Formats: sequence, structure tokens, C-alpha cells
Amino acid sequence: MIDRTVWGLFAALLVVLGAGFIAADWAQFLLVLALAKGMVVLGLLVLMRAGLVSFGQGLWYGLGCYAAGMAGNFLGVTDAFLLLALGIAASTTVAFILGFLLSRYREIFFALLNMAFSMILFGVLVKTSVLGSTDGFNVLTPTFLGYAPSEAALGDTVFLLTAVISFVVAVLIHWYLGSTMGFIGEAIRENELRVEYLGVSARRAVHIKLMIAAALSGIGGVLTAIAVGHVDPEMTYWTTSGEFVFVAILSGTGSVAAPFMGSIIFEVLRTYAYEYSPYTWQMLMGAVMLLVIIFLPGGLWSALSRSRKGEGK
Amino acid sequence: MAFAARCSAVMGSLATAAVLSASAICTPALAQDDTGPLRMGFVTFLSGGAAGPFGIPARNAAEMMIEAINAGEVPAPYNTPGIAGRQIEPVIIDEAGGATKQVAEFRNLVQRQNVDLVVGYISSGDCLAVPPVAEELQVLTVLFDCGTPRVFEEASYKYVFRTGAHAAMDNIAAARYLLDHMPDVKTVAGINQNYAWGQDSWADFTSVMKVLHPETEITTEQFPKIFAGQYGAEISALLVSGSDAVHSSLWGSDLEAFVLQGVARGLFDESQVVLTAGEPALPRLGRQIPDGVIVGARGPHGDLAPPSELNDWFRERFIAKYGDIPVYATYKAAQALLGVKAAYEKAAEAAGGFPTTDQVIAAFEHLEFVGPSGPVTMAIGNGHQAVQENAIGMTKYDEDLGRVTLTNITRYDQWCVNPPDGVSSVEWIKSGMPGAKCE
Repeated sequence: MIDRTVWGLFAALLVVLGAGFIAADWAQFLLVLALAKGMVVLGLLVLMRAGLVSFGQGLWYGLGCYAAGMAGNFLGVTDAFLLLALGIAASTTVAFILGFLLSRYREIFFALLNMAFSMILFGVLVKTSVLGSTDGFNVLTPTFLGYAPSEAALGDTVFLLTAVISFVVAVLIHWYLGSTMGFIGEAIRENELRVEYLGVSARRAVHIKLMIAAALSGIGGVLTAIAVGHVDPEMTYWTTSGEFVFVAILSGTGSVAAPFMGSIIFEVLRTYAYEYSPYTWQMLMGAVMLLVIIFLPGGLWSALSRSRKGEGK
Repeated sequence: MAFAARCSAVMGSLATAAVLSASAICTPALAQDDTGPLRMGFVTFLSGGAAGPFGIPARNAAEMMIEAINAGEVPAPYNTPGIAGRQIEPVIIDEAGGATKQVAEFRNLVQRQNVDLVVGYISSGDCLAVPPVAEELQVLTVLFDCGTPRVFEEASYKYVFRTGAHAAMDNIAAARYLLDHMPDVKTVAGINQNYAWGQDSWADFTSVMKVLHPETEITTEQFPKIFAGQYGAEISALLVSGSDAVHSSLWGSDLEAFVLQGVARGLFDESQVVLTAGEPALPRLGRQIPDGVIVGARGPHGDLAPPSELNDWFRERFIAKYGDIPVYATYKAAQALLGVKAAYEKAAEAAGGFPTTDQVIAAFEHLEFVGPSGPVTMAIGNGHQAVQENAIGMTKYDEDLGRVTLTNITRYDQWCVNPPDGVSSVEWIKSGMPGAKCE
């Protein structure tokens, strides 16, 4: 099912790759972080389409980060693809187990129960001195199917991997959202009772969506850990989860491309806010958020789709 | 990285181009020249809980020292203007936001803002996350305040130095001081924040006590969460334990809250309280902290600094400029900047011109220099980690000065409270601190 969106995503991949390879190293690094976090936000988008917001995405993200870090330090695994597989396995398995409970809740109860679980992981990590408690620990330099890039080529390799995975993941989620199971999400948001009468288990659908969101966050976590080279419990803290919700609202849920676009804009905005107003950067970010909520309640993506509709007239 | 022309064409098609000018994102790092100002990134907490007690005082000290160094107004041997003749141009950024953010911002400092070196970092997490990136980017990085010994014990770095002693000596000195002044102490309790700093401080302190005074009994260990602010239950537990001494590494608003609540409930009368990082809170607590509390300053800083011309100059100038008592973070910031100046100038002398980074590193390793709190030696961590003496004192409210001072000061030689090079501090303490040189 190669439709316009897939071609659009492919074009975006080419643009991102082109930009990333000629941009300065710091901008390329920022792009890696933005894409990795964009995947976590994409997971939130899947949930938000079903009317669910989670303040605990840091749980799945943190599991990915720590899976990558621990596999390197304790098992000697440095292959990026193996780390990705481990990260996905860790976050999805935990989501499968917790999903039996989480999928029974909706609205604020779902949001906060997610947060509660992420804070439990945070609490456990803080108590674990072998893992460096709040200081965390450094992640080993990754290899790629036997290829160990030089220090100079490492950034480019991680960037290439992140960009390609973002593209693949975006296409897969696009297909999923266009499938019957994908549309069930919107049906659950609108009227869960009817969904049940149609013969679909809403709980099961939410359970699956939760696991998809967890897998996406796990991938984002592994890629962040590889790129940054350090993991710490802050990655599971509720402020990190809050940041993902912030970006999700900033982006809007209009398209699978929105989280990546929103995430890139967020990282760029924040780094310049840091540079030009070191004392009031938080206030600047808050002001941007307020402006988006007031003038673009559908997120930044809605501005794009609105202008596109305008063209058609 | 390629050519700016090609770059801006592609960037123009990106959504982000609306936010940024394409040229800013694509400009490769400029070739560095040896005549312009020396651009120095300075990273410290400007927001959050660590900004008040550490971050802002450190920034103030850095600004004052950079101004004085540029003008050549620091007393000898630092009385030449600039660093090896070049003026310092600081770029100050906020340390808030966590290690992931700081790694990204470190890259931005080096690659976008083109700083020649970075001085900074109060959080131990940041001090662990940043050095591998400093190595990758090959930029001189000087850690000035963070405590964890793990930085140079778990890895070795070429481009990274720490001019402040690590945290093991805080608790070694505190335990020695407690035993010097209370030799018959039998029971010890602890209240420390539930994060790496609090856990490590308590582990170090109890290990030292077990080595130096094996009959010590640990009655209770309380780990409230950081920024808890309310210590009712913990203080009850400490009171019930009836311990001879209470150890705490609390800092900032947590420490102030604990002192106010603990004094009101008589904890400070019942037990000898030891505050290993208590010094920055003293000016704010004033009369509210009783006399006779054992207080450390993470080194011989502040009131614990030995008298010297440099110390007098530093204190007077700081008080005149900001109206505040200079607390330990200001001493550590000044120490880092003077260490940098000493290393660059030693290297410049050897090179006969402005030194390269490699020459500065060679000069910095095993460097001995003097800060406002006395001599500092880059003796451990293969010459990248500083050691210095430590001093501990007791609070005493001085009516004439109208502030809390530290008296009964005992000084501990740098080799009495620091492990030898190449030995992990935890292992060194557990094995009974062999080779410790205490008078």
C-alpha cells in the first residue's frame, strides 16, 4: 500500500538525510535526538488517536535506554541492532504484562496509572547503586553488524540508522493506523460501547496499542542511549514523560510525520532558547506552548493541513 | 560538513529553515586563531534547586574572576592580564535539564559557539556523561564542582580535568573530625537524600567509621527523597534512635528545612550533628543554627580557607561586588579558573608562544597551583584529578560580625583524606585507608 503519505515520508527521509549529512555535527546530533524522541511521540500519537494520553511514556523509553546500557556493560553486547531488539523486547514485554491492568482504564486514570508505573521504575533505579543511582552510567560505543566505525564516522552512522528506522517505523504506523485495528482507535475514542457491540474487544485493542507505543518508545530509548553515550534515571522521570506529551500537543495528531516534525522544531527551539535566554528559557518554551494551544489547537501539523486545503479551493 | 552554498539550498527546503537561518546551522567550526579572545564555556545551574546554593554563587565568582583575570588584578602569581595574554570571553549556559540535554548543549558550545574550552558542571551525572563527548570532540574540559569519584576511577581521559577534590574526602575528614572531638561516640544515625550523592556520602561515612572506630553502631539510616522539605517522620526516627551523632549530606533548601525542623524538636541538643555540605546554608540560617554543629565545605573553602593574600583579596572583592559571603561553590569556581590560567601559562612558557591544546594538557597533568583556599595538586586520576587538604569546623555565631562562623577548625593533609593515585576510593576506605598520612 504505497500511497501519497509513504512517498511523502520517503521524500522527507531524503531531505533529512541530505540535511543531516551536510549540517554541522551539533545539528546532526540534535536531529538524532529529535528523531529518537519523535518515535516516542509517535507512540503517544497512536494512543491519542484512541483518546488516551499517557504521562508515563518515560517508562518504556527508560526501559529501552537501560536495556541498551545494561546489555553493553553487563553482557558485552555492542551491536546496535541487537541492542534495538533487546530494547524492544524489554519495553514490549513489560507493556504486555502491565497492559492487562492499564487497558482497563481510560482518561486521567490511564494517564496517571502510566505515570505511577514510570515513577516506580524511577524509584527502583534511584535505589540501585550498581547502576549508578541518579548519576547513571556510560554506554559502550556501538558496533553495526561487525562494523566498528571510527570516532569521526560514528555520528554519521548513528544518524543514518536513526533516520532510516524513523522512516520505517513511520511507514509501519501509517499502515497500521489505516488498517481496521488502527481505525478502532478512533472508534474507541468516540464511543467505546458501540465498539464492543460491533464485536471488538476495546480492552484488547488498547492493550495492543499500548504495546505498540511501548515498542516505539523502546526504539527511541535505545537510539538515545547509543547517541548520548550515557543513561540515567531522569529518562524515566515524569518530567521526561511530560516533555513527550508537550511535543505531542505541539505536533498534533494529524499525521505520522507530525511527531517527527514537532520534535525537530522543539529541539531546535529549546537549544536556541538555551543560548539566547539562559535565564528564562523555560518561560520561552511555555509561551510557545500557550501560543500553539490558543492559535493552533490541532497542533503545528494542523497549520500545514489547513494551508493545503486552502490551496485546493 | 560540506560547502555552505550546497548546504543552504537543501536547508531551504526544510521546515526548520523557518526557525533558523540555514547558514547558522551549516557553518563549520571556524579555524581558531591565537590572537583573539579565548572563548570559554561556563556551565552552571542557573535554574532549579541547585542554582541558589551552588549555581548562582559559582557564576558570580566566575564573572568576577574573569573580569579580574582579564584586567590582571588577581594577586601574584596571577597578576598578568588574560590567560597567556589572551582575554577570556565567557559563554555562560544553564546546567538544568539532565545529562542528555547537557551532552547536546556541550556539543553546541563546542561546535556552534566555537568555545576553546569548557569549565563547569555541578551535577555528578553531568560529570559522568560529558567527558566521553569531550574526548570525542577533543576539547579541554575542566570540571569544577561535581563530587563523584567515579569520573576518573572508572575511566581515564585525556581532555578532561577536575580541579576540585572528589567527594570521598568530605566524609573521610568528617568522620576523622567527629572522632577527634567525640572519641567515645558509640551510635551514629544518618539522614541523606535518596539519590547518588546522599547514598554515596552515607556509604563513605559509615565505611570510614567502621575502619577507624569498629565499635560504632549504626542506629538508623533515613533516606528522604530530594527536595522533600518536610522531615517530621525522619526527625522522629532520629530522636527515637537516641544516637550520639547524626550524619547528613543534605544541601540547599532541604538542609535549611531540616535544620529549622530539627532544632525546634531538640535533635541538635540530643545528638552531635555533622553536616558534610552545610557551609553554603550558614549565611542564610544565621542564628537559627545552634553553635557546635560540625560543618564541612567540601574542601578548605569559605571560612575554612587558610589565610593568604589571595584569599583575602578574593573575599573582599566578592563581598564588595555582590554583598554576599562567598560560599564553597565560589571558591571552587575560582580554583578552576586559576588552574586553567596556571596550566595555560606554564604551557605557554614552555612553548614560547600561545600553547596548543596538547601542550596545555601536558602542563595541566600533575600541575601544582594555588587557589584562594590554598595549594591544589592534580595528583590522582593520572594527573587529571585534584587533591587538596580538607578542613572541618564547628558553627559559632559571631556577634561582632553578625553571622555564623566556623571555629575549632582542624586541617587534614591531602594524603590523609585522599586515596593514592590509581586506587578506587571505596576500595581504599574498605581496606582501612592504607598509607594515609595524617599528623
